[in-house]
Amino acid sequence: MLTKRLIACFDIINGMVTKARQFQHNIPIERAELVADRVYQEQIDEIIFYDITASAERRSIDLETVQKVAKRVFVPFTVGGGIKSLDEMYQVLKAGAEKISIDSMAVRYPALIREGALAFGRQCIVLSMQVKRVTKSSRIPSGYEIMIDGARVATGLDAVAWARQGEELGAGEICVNSIDRDGTHAGYDLELTALISQQVNVPVIASGGAGHPGHVADVFTRTGASGAIISSMLYSPIMPKNYTVREIKEYLAARGIPVRPWAEVSPGVMY
Amino acid sequence: MIGVIDYRAGNGPSVLNALHALKIKARLVSTPEALRSVKGIILPGVGSARATMDSLQELGLIPALEEKVLGGKTPFLGICIGMQILMEYSAEGDTPCLGWLKGKVERFDGAVRIPQMGWNEVTFRRRDPVLAGLPEKEFFYFVNSYYVCPEAKEIVLATTHYGREFCSMLAWGPIYATQFHAEKSGVAGLQLLKNFALLAEGEHHADETSDCLF
Repeated sequence: MLTKRLIACFDIINGMVTKARQFQHNIPIERAELVADRVYQEQIDEIIFYDITASAERRSIDLETVQKVAKRVFVPFTVGGGIKSLDEMYQVLKAGAEKISIDSMAVRYPALIREGALAFGRQCIVLSMQVKRVTKSSRIPSGYEIMIDGARVATGLDAVAWARQGEELGAGEICVNSIDRDGTHAGYDLELTALISQQVNVPVIASGGAGHPGHVADVFTRTGASGAIISSMLYSPIMPKNYTVREIKEYLAARGIPVRPWAEVSPGVMY
Repeated sequence: MIGVIDYRAGNGPSVLNALHALKIKARLVSTPEALRSVKGIILPGVGSARATMDSLQELGLIPALEEKVLGGKTPFLGICIGMQILMEYSAEGDTPCLGWLKGKVERFDGAVRIPQMGWNEVTFRRRDPVLAGLPEKEFFYFVNSYYVCPEAKEIVLATTHYGREFCSMLAWGPIYATQFHAEKSGVAGLQLLKNFALLAEGEHHADETSDCLF
């Protein structure tokens, strides 16, 4: 049986993992490769890196950090941050990432999804969406609008329509980030996650708001999400309690949610 | 020395990273000449069957691979698309494939999300040196919309369930192939890669320890 994925997600600035609240006020925490190595040793299922200032600073993604992580982490590794061409995608894959996450650039150039899927396969292209709750209208019938550029710019796109278009264009996976829940530790936006996962057939990843293993259990039992992003609860110093991957997996398994079980491994054989 | 076939749409670098972390001598190869001296070959794969076949053709690698593996019995490990193209035909893009093994590649259908993406359980059906140290059931990472249907059931080394039961690993003579990504499957995947490398270097007996459970 295919298990539900626990995905550790890191916002990177200058090679450092940082933690933000609602896409702002990032504080640096630790070197990216060290944090990645730690969660890999803890048997996380998957890792995502966002080079969050690459886009705003109009520079290419930090390939050196991608390479460092890829050399010591042997679970799937997704990289995003201002990627806007096939050549940049190729560089990131060559640096050792499996998947490319595109977000604001996909809204600006939807053809990027199709081109990426054609060149590298659709499994390579993750459409990441920043979603904000708004009043339902004829333009935004779902009541969820797509935002871009660090959640600062409204696009007028309906989240459901954009997710379906993204799937049609060739996205192999859709990551749904709730701006309203990001950094709140109050739980995922279950309504939004359920809505998007009903409307597309590719895997959907829930993101934004996890603060307790119970939130992860909720998103897996009450929505069609295939994976859930956790970050603060793993490593943020501002959280009252951090959890290990093992604790979260055991919590989920005890509630009947299929997960890759944490396994006893002798020290030093992770690679 | 293990040769990891490198082509634009493949994830050769990820496989190479895993082998190097295991301290296994390996390099990327993309020419028939570079293929000659290697003792084992890994054909990684992501993307589509057609793109992979096209790349191998453009690089002129197919005759060299056939000479090495089918003729010279050099141990070979195909991963994901690198497994699928061993069949005669893939329904993905209506693509004629290598045909080293009789059978075809079909698409998952019905009520499952496509692609299958994530960790799924692999049940090994028999013992093999390449499985040394692995339990009878283990989780590996999959990303696939298609799966192989080999004609000869005796080459099926492992099966997995996703909407239906499918062949997730096969073995025939010097040829091994996995639908899952061993290079991205944590400790279990690394163990399998290490076993393959030992086998290719002719040292697999040393690693066939008593913790091989079946």
